[in-house]
This record gives sequence, C-alpha cells and structure tokens, in this order.
Amino acid sequence: MKLAYWMYAGPAHIGTLRIASSFKNVHAIMHAPLGDDYFNVMRSMLSRERNFTPVTTSVVDRNVLARGSQEKVVDNITRKDAEEHPDLIVLTPTCTSSILQEDLHNFVERAQLEAKGDVILADVNHYRYNELQAADRTLQQIVQYYIEKARKKGELVEGKTAKPSVNIIGISTLGFHHQHDCTELKKLMGDLGIEVNTVIPEGASVNELKKMPQAWFNLVPYRELGLTTARYLEEQFGTPYVDITPMGVVETARCIRKIQQVINAQGADLEYEDFINEQTLHVSQAAWFSRSIDCQNLTGKKAVVFGDNTHAAALTKILSREMGIHVVWAGTYCKYDADWFREQVSEYCDEVLITDDHGAIGDAIARVEPSAIFGTQMERHVGKRLDIPCGVIAAPIHVQNFPIGYKPFLGYEGTNQITDLIYNSFTLGMEDHLLEIFGGHDTKEVITKGISADSDLSWTKDGQAELNKIPGFVRGKVKRNTEKFARDRGFKEINAEVLYAAKEAVGA
Amino acid sequence: MTVAQQPEALNFECETGNYHTFCPISCVAWLYQKIEDSFFLVIGTKTCGYFLQNAMGVMIFAEPRYAMAELEEGDISAQLNDYEELKRLCLQIKRDRNPSVIVWIGTCTTEIIKMDLEGLAPKLEGELGIPIVVARANGLDYAFTQGEDTVLAAMANRCPDKAPVTETDKNERNAISKLLNFGKKKEEVVQEESEYVDHPPLVLFGSLPDPVVTQLTLELKKQGIKVSGWLPAKRFTELPVLEEGYYVAGVNPFLSRTATTLMRRRKCKLIGAPFPIGPDGTRAWVEKICSVFGITPKGLDERETQIWAGLEEYVKLIRGKSVFFMGDNLLEVSLARFLVRCGMTVLEIGIPYMDKRYQAAELALLEQTCKEMGAPLPKIVEKPDNYNQVQRIYELKPDLVITGMAHANPLEARGINTKWSVEFTFAQIHGFGNARDILELVTRPLRRNNSLKDLGWDKLVKEEAKI
Repeated sequence: MKLAYWMYAGPAHIGTLRIASSFKNVHAIMHAPLGDDYFNVMRSMLSRERNFTPVTTSVVDRNVLARGSQEKVVDNITRKDAEEHPDLIVLTPTCTSSILQEDLHNFVERAQLEAKGDVILADVNHYRYNELQAADRTLQQIVQYYIEKARKKGELVEGKTAKPSVNIIGISTLGFHHQHDCTELKKLMGDLGIEVNTVIPEGASVNELKKMPQAWFNLVPYRELGLTTARYLEEQFGTPYVDITPMGVVETARCIRKIQQVINAQGADLEYEDFINEQTLHVSQAAWFSRSIDCQNLTGKKAVVFGDNTHAAALTKILSREMGIHVVWAGTYCKYDADWFREQVSEYCDEVLITDDHGAIGDAIARVEPSAIFGTQMERHVGKRLDIPCGVIAAPIHVQNFPIGYKPFLGYEGTNQITDLIYNSFTLGMEDHLLEIFGGHDTKEVITKGISADSDLSWTKDGQAELNKIPGFVRGKVKRNTEKFARDRGFKEINAEVLYAAKEAVGA
Repeated sequence: MTVAQQPEALNFECETGNYHTFCPISCVAWLYQKIEDSFFLVIGTKTCGYFLQNAMGVMIFAEPRYAMAELEEGDISAQLNDYEELKRLCLQIKRDRNPSVIVWIGTCTTEIIKMDLEGLAPKLEGELGIPIVVARANGLDYAFTQGEDTVLAAMANRCPDKAPVTETDKNERNAISKLLNFGKKKEEVVQEESEYVDHPPLVLFGSLPDPVVTQLTLELKKQGIKVSGWLPAKRFTELPVLEEGYYVAGVNPFLSRTATTLMRRRKCKLIGAPFPIGPDGTRAWVEKICSVFGITPKGLDERETQIWAGLEEYVKLIRGKSVFFMGDNLLEVSLARFLVRCGMTVLEIGIPYMDKRYQAAELALLEQTCKEMGAPLPKIVEKPDNYNQVQRIYELKPDLVITGMAHANPLEARGINTKWSVEFTFAQIHGFGNARDILELVTRPLRRNNSLKDLGWDKLVKEEAKI
C-alpha cells in the first residue's frame, strides 16, 4: 500500500479510452463498477467535446460479483453494435476486472459472432501499466489488428506512395496541446513537400489503418505514445521512423534533418538546410529572442523542470541550450522510461529527478528556490504556495490547458509559443533587471507577507527600510537568506549593514 | 423494493442501471470539510485516486485531509499483510495530521478481495488510540451521495448513548441541552430553555454546511423545537448523544441507511417528512416535526408566502417550462416537487435508487403538488439507462435537462439546455432562505439564453448525431 494524495499518470484504462475515443466511430465498453466512467466527464469538460464520448460501461455490481458477468458484457457489446454501428468496439478492463479475472476474451469472441463491427479486448493490466503505457499498447494493438485483418483479406496496400509521405502517430484526445501540435506538424510536412498519409489515432477511421504501410516513414512526436506502433510497422514493413520531438529550435532542425536522411535513403532527393535556415532566422522568433537583451537578462537564472518525458526533456534543452538558463534539476514521472530521460537531459541540468511523488518534488522546489518552475498543474500549485511563477508544460492539466487559441508546442510556431511561455513565467527579465538597478519602486510599508513572525531575529528600522527597497518578488528570498546569514554568524539584529554584508557574502 | 405495494398514482419504472454518476467515494470531499478533525483514507486503486483528483479539482491542492491508500499488486495477491500495511499508513497519518478520527472508505477492490476492514479497524483502533470508522462507499453497491449515507450510518454507531449527567444537573430534564450549553451560566440556560416547548429530544441527520445548519436550527426554534444535536457535528468529538426513544429526522433524501441504523440499532423514532428543499418542502418538513410533537406551527403560512413572493422574478422564467431529470444524486424527487410547485412540468425523474419508505412523505407531497398545480404526474425511472434517456430527450425536447457533466456539453451542442446536477449537491439548497439559490441554478441556462438569443447559434454540431 502506498499513501498517495496526487498522481501524475492515470490508471491504465484511461490510456485505452483515450486511444479508443480518439478514433472515429470506435466505441469503448468498460467492464467497471458504477462511477468509473469519469473519463466521459473529463473529455466533455476539458476538451469541451460537442459529441457524446463513445464510452459506456458494462456495470459490475453485486450480481456480477456473485454470479459473474455471464451474458451482461456480451449483451452490452451487441446492443452498442446495433445502436451505434461502430467499426470497432474495444472492451476495456479496469482495476476491478483485473482482479475478477473473468474470461473477457471469451466474451469478446462470443460478441463477435453477433456484432457487425469488430470487437477486441484491450490487452492492458491495471497493476502493470499506467495511462501512458496502456495508451501506447492499445494503439499498437488496434493497428496490428487491422493490419493483420487487411493482410488476411488481401487488402493490404504495401507499395509506397509516389511522393514522400508520412504517418503521424500519437495525436490523441486529452493530450497536452495535441490538436494544435497536429495542425503544426501537418503544416510542417506540407512545407517540406511531404504528404500526410495518416494521422492516428485522433480523427482517424480504423479503415484507414490498412494504408499505413504506404507511408515512407512514421513520425512519432511524443516519446510516450506511438513508439510501439512505429516499431511494429518497422518490423512488419521496414518502415523507418523518426522519434525526435520537434520541440525547440535545435530539436526541430534535428528532426527535419533526420526526416531528410530517411526519405533520401529511399530515393528522394530533398535538401532542407535552406528551409531550416530561413525558418530559424526569420520565421521562428526564438533564435532572435536568444540574442535579444530580454533573454540576456535571463542568463543564469535558476529554473526547475518537471513533467512527462517528452515535454520535460525538450523544455530542459530549450532552457539550457537555447536561452542560457540554469536548470538546477529536471525530472520526469515516467519512471518506466527513466533511462531515456537521463540520457536526454544529463548534460543540460545539474541533477535529474525521477519520481512520481509530488511531495518529493514540492520539497525539491522549495530547496532550490528557482526563479521559475516549468511543470504540471501540481507544480503550478507548489509555485503558488512558494510565490514562484510556473509555466505548465505537461499533463496532468486542467481546462485552462486546453486553450481555444492556436498554441502548438511543436514545430516553428511552437518555438514562438514556448518562448512566450518561458519569458512570461520569469518575472520579466528586463523589468527585473531595471528594478534591481534602481532598487525597486515598491515602497509600501508591508515588507513580506509573513513579516518576521517566524523569525527569531529582529530587524532594525534602517534594516527594514533597506529590505523594503528590494523588489517584492525577491524580497522574501533576500529576507530568508539574510536571516540565515545573520543566524550563522550570531547577529541578533539585522540592520542595513548586515543586509549588505549578507549580499556580499552569500549574494542574498 | 423495501415496501409492499401501496396504491400509487406515480408511475415507477426501472431500467438497466447504465447511467453516469459520481462514485460514492466522492463524499469524502464534503465530509472532510464538514467534520473538521477527521481524516478520510480511501482504500482503493489508482482508478479511485484518479477520480478523486479530477473530480475535486482545486481542493486537492489545499492539503486536504484525505488520501488514498493505493493498493498494489502485492496487496491484491495477499503477499502483503493488510493489517501491517494499514497500520503503517495510519501511523503516518496520526503523526502528520493527528486527527480525532480516521474514516476508512472501503471501495470496489476491498469488496472484491474481501479485505476485512470492519474486522481490522477495532484491532488497529486499540493499538493506535484513534477511532477508526469504516464505511463501504463503493461503486458496486452505491451511487454518489449514498456515500455520505454509508459514512453517517457508520458514525451513528459511534454516537454516545448516554448523556453524561453530573450531580447538580440531576434535576434537569434535558441533559443534552445542558451539555450543549456547557460553560454558560445556569440562569442563562434556564432562560433559554424556556423558549422551547417541552418535547422529547430531536436529533437531525445529514451533512450540511454550517450556515444551513444554523438556519434550519433557528427555523425549528421559532416553533419552540430544540435541536439536541446533528449527525454529523462539526467535529467527531461532538457527535450527538442518541438515547433510545430519541426522535430523528433526515434533511436529505439519500440517507436511508442512516435512518435504518438510527431506528434499528439506536432505537430512535424516525419522523418521516418531506425534505426541507424549497419553501414548500421546508414548510412541510417543519409542519411534520411539529405535528409529531403535538405543536401547532405558527407563522409558517406567511413565511412561505413571503419567500415565494421574493422568488417571483425567477419563477416567471420557468413557469410553464418542462424539465427532465436524468438522475444521479437522489435529490431528484425533492427538486422535481419544488419545480412543479414553481409551475414547471416534470417529464421524467431519473433516480439511482428509490427508497419508497424513507421517501414516502416526499413522494406523497410530489403527488399532491402535481394535483394542486394541475401538472401531469411524472414517471420515476430508477436505475435509468442514459442512452435510452437521451433518445427520450430528443423526442420530448424538454426546456431543461438536469444532468451530469458527461452529457451536458453534447446536449448543449444539440440545442438542449442543461444544468449540471452535481451543483445541487454542493450548493446550499435547504431551508426557506436558500430556495433562491436553487432557482438561481435552475434558471441559469435560461437566463444565458436570454442574453444570447437572436444569435442563431443553437445547434453547433455539424452532422446530426446518429441515433
């Protein structure tokens, strides 16, 4: 047993449901007790869906417990088949069905005899996988099912398309800015002269899956979702995949160069260097931002980064490599894929943190007192408590992270969006700098919110007056550091002299 | 059903039970706030945790006094010892939070693996020195607000059964009021006593926000009725005394287990009344309590009339309109009854579970209200089937659908007005003073429509949904 208040990745069935409900005309039936269909609420509220979420429950109640589901699951599948005529019904196990150990395979086989659509059982064990792993597996499972089905029927289209083409794999419902990323990636492919063969799973029909082998390569923008599918397609059809996330200027260029290599190896003769150069220097503002005075003032400022593998790794590289910001630690909650994360960020931060314990993360933030946090909604709340600004870069997320405006994180427009996010999170670099030079314009009597109440030290009038001149947003920190300095050296009182001595000694 | 057939005009149906509702463990969200010295430990899986985390929204960040005891594979396969594991976690809770009670919420998983929480609790309670209350608020058996019912039923067993009587107080008839007035001077107590009619002790049950508790308590005081205690109280250490023969009355329609426990285990007498939701319900509730104590209620007529007059600006927005309850929180019958009184037509009352005995007075009032208002008697659909309901909604085109979040946006996109049902559980809706809040909620979509009308943006789905 584990005492837990907050979790970063959801249970396995959420991952399966995200995949199923991303496809068009696919229905998921959960084998679960009443109240486990909370996914419908999230999808309806967070992504403001206009349509009913195609997820229903075959309810596990006392009767099921006593006698087994018997006909219930089969009836629910065939009923849904008749009502909505989905192409595919995905029977989704939950934690409850994991321990009931009913023969769901058998139910699927029996339902398949009657149902017009296809029926499969999602192969995910609640106790082994989390939301992200389950989503990755389910996507691969559905792709494999339809590839094999097409192969059996001789409908598989194996020849490549005439022009270079790509499958974009891993865009899904409730994903962090996935919709906007998808648009940006399609645009980028258009600019590169690459046709988009399919985008899965979001908005795709399962009937399209048989044409996936036609693509010249697969693009997997997110580390967490789609790699298993890409590897499967590589193994089956030799289709190469590109798994460099085009997030940030440098990584976007790397991704494009990799694409160039992959398609030129198949006989194309495309050269993207000019495109990269033009985009980097003139379309994306991120490179220019790095040179600007604003960014110069961010140099060496401390930040911490926490999130899923994809976003935390990319942000760490952007902060460190593209903006000269000091990333004290970078962390991920994808413990199952921790080695990859370490390898990606080790050279860009002082310390790597692998944990899914939000308490440990909160403590680590308090310990380093960064100027800004880039994390999930949980870190945003830690930031609120500690009075440190936070930019949200990864799920878990709230409704405000499903913006209506166009806000991709990927591609060249993504670099602009990320620049804004980073810059606005730090207390405006230039303003901060000027305030430091002029000693602040905030001369209210209130010094800090918790004035000396928790302190064993007294501040003299002139000490307070000096402290008062320090800009509000760093005042608490200066106060703490000065007091620590004074305590260490046995000062009973803090006057202006001690304050400045502390500044000289420890940079308070 | 719990009761034999009685002559009914209301039409009861039962569907498949395929409907959306909150898991009953959600009750921790309001109960931990209500019982200030409690800590709620939900013993379940990631699924439960994920639900709580998402459903509680911002509350989760406010260092809540609840947590998950997340079961891992070793717990399921009994490789780990339940007792040792729970002891470890509860010790940590005791150390970090020092609560006066730890409430264990049993879930579907603890049911299926038959974890003997009721057996483990007394043992650990002895070792830990903190009371441990066990409530099985799981989705196998219950829906949403019924979670509170399971917790309160368990708490009912913890209420002291004897008022402590000291030497000097022996001549006092009502020892509980002494207890409540602890610390006051004797003269004051006596004086205050005189404001009340002499009646057997009355304890109310149901968790309500403190301001509502005060309002309802004062409402009864106006009739000379003294509320000797509430289950639950603000603190676990202040649970009311329940002696054999005490009277009890429910304030919410979903408390049937608590009522049963109070009657059977604590030998209390249940006052079966409509619930104090809406001015009509509040009046009927007060009247019923008065009648049991042989008191002639005073001034209720004027009070109700006055409240209705104040509501007219809202009532005129909904008069003559139709409403459809999809059903998810068991408040449906009381709300429907109030809305019929407001002049609405209720097309369907979906409800997770219908205890015809506990809700008897409320059902009778609904029927009577329909007759008086000349409204058709609604059909009551227990364990509804949301899919079928949506088809009926397409057919009936109600002016308002009261439903959960899963259906609200899709229905709105199809031009059907909705109100999120869960808000009725969290808003203050009891007593005369809060009737306005109910109508504030009910009329919100209609007022929104008034602001947005003439824009021609009713239906916002491209292809009409396939039926």
